[in-house]
Amino acid sequence: MSDSTVSQSRRTFLKRSVTATGFTLGLALLPATRPQAMFANAPESDSFAPNVFISFAEDGKVEITCHRSEMGQQVRTSIPQIMMEELGADWQHVTIKQATGDAKYGDQNTDGSRSVRRNFQRLREAGATAALMLCTAAAKGWQVDPYECETQSHFIVHKPSGRKVAFADVVAVAAKLPVPKPSDLKLKSRDKWTQIGKAVPSVDLTGMTTGTAVYGQDVVMDNMLYAVIQRPPVLFSSVKSSNQAEVKKMAGVVDVIDMPAASAPALFNPLGGIAVLATNTWLAWQACNALKTEWQTSEHASYNSDDYQQALLDNAAKPGEVIRKLGNFEQATADAARVVDASYYAPHLAQAPMEPPAATAVVTDDSAEIWACVQSPQTARQQVAGALKLPLENVTINVTLLGGGFGRKAKPDFAVEAALLARQAGRPVKVVWRREDDIKHGYFHSVSGQRLSATLDENNHVTGWYHKTVFPPISSTFNPAANKPSDGELDLGHRDTPFDVPNLQLERGEANAHVRIGWMRSVANVYHAFAKESFVAELAHQTKVDHKDFLLQLIGKDRHIDFAASNTQYGNYGDDLNDYPVDTARLKNVINKVTNMADWDKRESQGRYLGLAAHRSFLSYTAAVIEVKVNNRGEWTIPKAYIAIDAGIVVNPDHVKAQCEGGLIYGISCAIGQLTALNGEITQSNFHDYLVARMPQTPVSIDVEIIETAALPGGVGEPPTPPAAPALANALFAATGQRFRNLPIPLNIKTA
Amino acid sequence: MKVTINQQEFDYQGDPSMPLLWFIRDELKMTGTKYSCGMALCGACTVHLNGEPTRSCQLPMAAIGDKPITTIEGLSEDGSHPVQQAWREHNVPQCGYCQSGQMMQAAALVDKQQPVTDEQIESHMAGNICRCGTYPRIRAAVKSAAESIAVKVTK
Repeated sequence: MSDSTVSQSRRTFLKRSVTATGFTLGLALLPATRPQAMFANAPESDSFAPNVFISFAEDGKVEITCHRSEMGQQVRTSIPQIMMEELGADWQHVTIKQATGDAKYGDQNTDGSRSVRRNFQRLREAGATAALMLCTAAAKGWQVDPYECETQSHFIVHKPSGRKVAFADVVAVAAKLPVPKPSDLKLKSRDKWTQIGKAVPSVDLTGMTTGTAVYGQDVVMDNMLYAVIQRPPVLFSSVKSSNQAEVKKMAGVVDVIDMPAASAPALFNPLGGIAVLATNTWLAWQACNALKTEWQTSEHASYNSDDYQQALLDNAAKPGEVIRKLGNFEQATADAARVVDASYYAPHLAQAPMEPPAATAVVTDDSAEIWACVQSPQTARQQVAGALKLPLENVTINVTLLGGGFGRKAKPDFAVEAALLARQAGRPVKVVWRREDDIKHGYFHSVSGQRLSATLDENNHVTGWYHKTVFPPISSTFNPAANKPSDGELDLGHRDTPFDVPNLQLERGEANAHVRIGWMRSVANVYHAFAKESFVAELAHQTKVDHKDFLLQLIGKDRHIDFAASNTQYGNYGDDLNDYPVDTARLKNVINKVTNMADWDKRESQGRYLGLAAHRSFLSYTAAVIEVKVNNRGEWTIPKAYIAIDAGIVVNPDHVKAQCEGGLIYGISCAIGQLTALNGEITQSNFHDYLVARMPQTPVSIDVEIIETAALPGGVGEPPTPPAAPALANALFAATGQRFRNLPIPLNIKTA
Repeated sequence: MKVTINQQEFDYQGDPSMPLLWFIRDELKMTGTKYSCGMALCGACTVHLNGEPTRSCQLPMAAIGDKPITTIEGLSEDGSHPVQQAWREHNVPQCGYCQSGQMMQAAALVDKQQPVTDEQIESHMAGNICRCGTYPRIRAAVKSAAESIAVKVTK
């Protein structure tokens, strides 16, 4: 046992392995040069212990593993940053490794704005464990108490004497120490933090500014074929006949392969169709265009989005299934001095990340290795293993950078396509989704119809609030019988309506899905916030009360929403309401903050047209003010926007600021984009007809305020998006008197 | 045919109608230039053709002639073009996928003109989409890149 030892500690805590002289926290006892073998031997356990993230080389260099996917949120910086707080390493001597998909890391599904909040504690502990082992090693040499030592910039310092020793000099000793227990750890108090809360520059900046960063579309293998797939235009339609033989003769085409036809439930399965494999992307694309395919149609060929819109709105106007109720809304209506109601519609959207999905696969008889831009590498691993009928441990998912994800890349159908084709082709295959494939064949943000109604007394106080939401649910992708908003979706800005009204009635209605529905940044919060926050502005206008004052009054007194009192349960993004209550004081605070930033009260005297919206999502609170200008041709621009966020403790304020800027802009795209369907086919195909915000539609500048707080970390990637569309609609109303209840908002509102 | 990319000459024997993008990415394996729309709608594939920003996804190999091409890999030897520096100073990239194209588009503006106004930036950059919404930082970075070039020129 001279240079190799096994920890005898509990299976869930840090195991250590010693290679030549370095040590690795939590990696099993195998040389670092054989990572695949190590993964193959690692059990797919239920472990979520912080034990696989930090390793030391003999020269003291540190490798930190990031187990979450990088898609623009800078998680490859913030996840290490959390560990660095306690680890006390020097960034100069740290490299970041991207984890493959493996249950040993705990949850890797990078969605739901939870990378920081769900890892904050355990990653600080992972860093502290490593630091304590280094301190203990140094303290042995100095014959002092390890708790008198701390790690700083890759040194261990004995605080009373000021003695220092480099990480490199104690690694070999530290490696032989028993792993400390969690109760042995003394995490730094917040006032001592030097990493958390600091704008550490992103670790991928150089790669991203020199063209060397590698995304899923960029993977290159020797002897690789490029695949482009013609997918059925209508969901679950299949190939009746095609000219595969003819296309196979085209220049550069190596093979034409029929994909297995898809049927309900959609799951994460490929959609079917015909794949063309060629020696480069363009040749594959040309040959794919030459396919003349007749399709066996499906029941979804009846889908016409114009009719569907009307049906959703008709349904929203009828009584639905009550999901939360307080008081008696019906009676409030009968007693009201006035009743105001309005219906809202929001179309399907595509996530449309700048990088369309792509995956590269190498498949042998008994193994598969994938390189792909996936948000959920463990899901990809399960899906590929299932499709190839391989044991899970024989499938490796390497996660590239993601050129945007926004939820699309949490569905690994494209990785399965690559795996199936590579097996059939007998050589590496990269599946390239074209933009047209991404727009027409995705997992779309759901289409929704909503009706809101408010009852007012003689003093214009709101006595009752009614909100019915109707949309085909995400669960339809997994169960074709699912035809009403799921609890999880209702929890996104509908069930958690924060208004202090004596009579509240929230309902849902049924709608069948005709496309694959999936989550997109902020999910149902996008359309729920649009309807709710637009309607509040409408009520304020009708009652001639300032919108901010009206909204604050409607939210009412400081309190934590008591869901039990209205006989309902709230999922709260999977977190405990005691840890993360729905706190109206925090919601009001961001509203007050953002309206101050925007000089809201002086807007009329200054001739500025502002729109306000606020929303709690993913355990964080955001409020936005958008300022618009509309020229005499009816074209609008946004000279300025403001956003305030209370996301609890933040790890990297510059990342949070960037997410606020970008999330708000993503929300503006949600207001101007739409997918429509005709005879079951998505009408749009590329950025000429699927509009997303370009620079001229976005704020010239955005002021961001991050509220200083000691609250637990909330989500950041998604909460800035929901307020954008209603703030824009409210600003356009202020400027023109036109109210946009049906999205999209045209770029030229005179043509509306 | 011969094409010059980043001051290096390459020979191409394939279909002359193939867009340059695929020669760069699939044949030369230089993947800094990105594919995103294939229809010159988003700017992710922007390169310089004789110094002019050009969408390589819509530029057939046959149309290049003897005009030199620069890609993000050739914008500077070491990532030190003022635009690249400004992009890092302002922490512009989020996912980073569109940023090669954004920087090539921006470099073509600031190399020729300093200072640049907000309006010039907006009209010059309007063809480049960023889904992460880094536009406010792009505006700021283009401005400071132009300023740093202006300083160098006056020195």
